[in-house]
Amino acid sequence: MKFADSSNPELTKFEKKVNEFFETISGLSLFSILFLKNIFKPPYEIEQIRKHMDELGIKTLPIVSVTGFIIGLVLTMQTQPVLARFGAEAFLPGSVGISIVRELGPVITALIFAGRVSSGIGAELGSMRVTEQIDAMEVSAINPFKYLVVTRIFACTFILPLLTVYVIFIAFLGGYIAVVLVQNMSIEYYTGAIVRAVQFGDAIPGISKTFVFGFIVGVVGTYKGYTATNGTEGVGRASTTSVVISSLLILLFDMVLVKITLWLWPTV
Amino acid sequence: MVEVKNLKKSFGNLVVLDDVSFNVQTAENFVVFGRSGTGKSVLLKCLVRLMDPDKGEVVIDNKNVLQLSLSELNELRKNIGFLFQGAALYDSMTVRENLEFPLIRHFNFTPLEREKKVKEVLERVSLELAIDKMPSELSGGMKKRIGLARSVISQPKLMLYDEPTTGLDPITSKEISELIIELQKSLNMTSIVVTHDLLCAKIIADRAIFLHDGKIHGEGTIEQLTTADDDLLKNFFTDQHIDSNNRSK
Ligand SMILES: Nc1ncnc2c1ncn2[C@@H]1O[C@H](COP(=O)(O)OP(=O)(O)O)[C@@H](O)[C@H]1O
Ligand SMILES: [Mg+2]
Repeated sequence: MKFADSSNPELTKFEKKVNEFFETISGLSLFSILFLKNIFKPPYEIEQIRKHMDELGIKTLPIVSVTGFIIGLVLTMQTQPVLARFGAEAFLPGSVGISIVRELGPVITALIFAGRVSSGIGAELGSMRVTEQIDAMEVSAINPFKYLVVTRIFACTFILPLLTVYVIFIAFLGGYIAVVLVQNMSIEYYTGAIVRAVQFGDAIPGISKTFVFGFIVGVVGTYKGYTATNGTEGVGRASTTSVVISSLLILLFDMVLVKITLWLWPTV
Repeated sequence: MVEVKNLKKSFGNLVVLDDVSFNVQTAENFVVFGRSGTGKSVLLKCLVRLMDPDKGEVVIDNKNVLQLSLSELNELRKNIGFLFQGAALYDSMTVRENLEFPLIRHFNFTPLEREKKVKEVLERVSLELAIDKMPSELSGGMKKRIGLARSVISQPKLMLYDEPTTGLDPITSKEISELIIELQKSLNMTSIVVTHDLLCAKIIADRAIFLHDGKIHGEGTIEQLTTADDDLLKNFFTDQHIDSNNRSK
């Protein structure tokens, strides 16, 4: 694997940054292609994938639970008086539910996931790179890309949608608490209102895009870690830049995917 | 066993290896001397294609390493052990898992046979008690020993050592050097040892070369190199002498 060279000492700082940017873009694309090439080749490393999924779940569950709950609660608290102004309070569970399912649940879960997981993967693989553990794996005739990178990207891609579904439910719960604080509403009526309002065309694209977000987090973290250089300093950089890049890419892809979704499922 | 011809490697404008050639016989202990930053690690990595050299030829066990396909290369790599400078133990695995890792993947041993192999190799490096420890719980010298154990567990024909004694105190250095010799004899391996430690080389080397500015500057036994009438070599070995005197004070 060869990556373009941004370490040429004759470049100015700005030129280096620009170079680095294009290097990252091409590196990320290369990693995505290599992932797809490797994922269908045995050995499948099921054991490793399971282990990573477990770890990722345990690592992020507490923080996404708290966030999901508060988002649901606060969003409902904010929306309630606005709807009341138009005498449309009956729409409260439905409108909050749609916002959460279509946008807030997926994106906020993904951003938290990026912050927590992408940095962790960057640091983990980065330190394996600079302490030559990845080289050690390679000389013992084990494909480190498969063992370390493919398994992590796969785990991220499939754990994030699960987390998102969970967060959406927790947010509904938070929303219900907020409703009950100001008015009398049975849980049956609340869930009924959400179920009636949230359509398939809201849920499917909302959840589907999180596969893409999970993939982004995995690819960015593994790429930054796997290609880390310059000792411990490089490990730190791999970890922080992973968070920045994956968060930006998530928002960017969100924009694109929302546009595509609206075009595929025009909402009435 | 190992033949290196006209090897060249540069990074951008920095020429690290500039025409390096040498031969290593089967069962020989070959030492590569050189100051820090002369490209000793780069040389070792080029031998096993962890890095691709720009030019030249590497023949190991009659195979032209630079022309092998990945699967052929991996077959060859199974017969090569590599001890990295920092030992490169997998830090998420216990000592046992570190040692088992290559065995599980390349051989069809039963768990009992594996256990036996792990115990046997730990006994060789006198660290039976560390079997369930994590690498972070081990001292530098212990890490080197476990690294050594992991490299020899699949009984390679060729061992490559990257500064096996750097960063260790003189007594541990001596122990590691003696362990290397002992393993080499009992497993009948060929070894290439990269180092700037004269004490270590004195214990290990059958023959040595001195690497300087990307070229080989002097070749022979340790005796011949240390007594050669050559300013570079004299400088290198005199500094070493003072250095090792200081260390033992
Ligand atoms: N991947 C790399 N990219 C750029 N330069 C490198 C790389 N690896 C090593 N070098 C440079 O090559 C030279 C030799 O390094 P090395 O082989 O590690 O020296 P040593 O003899 O101490 O082991 C150093 O100047 C180092 O900066
Ligand atoms: Mg070195």
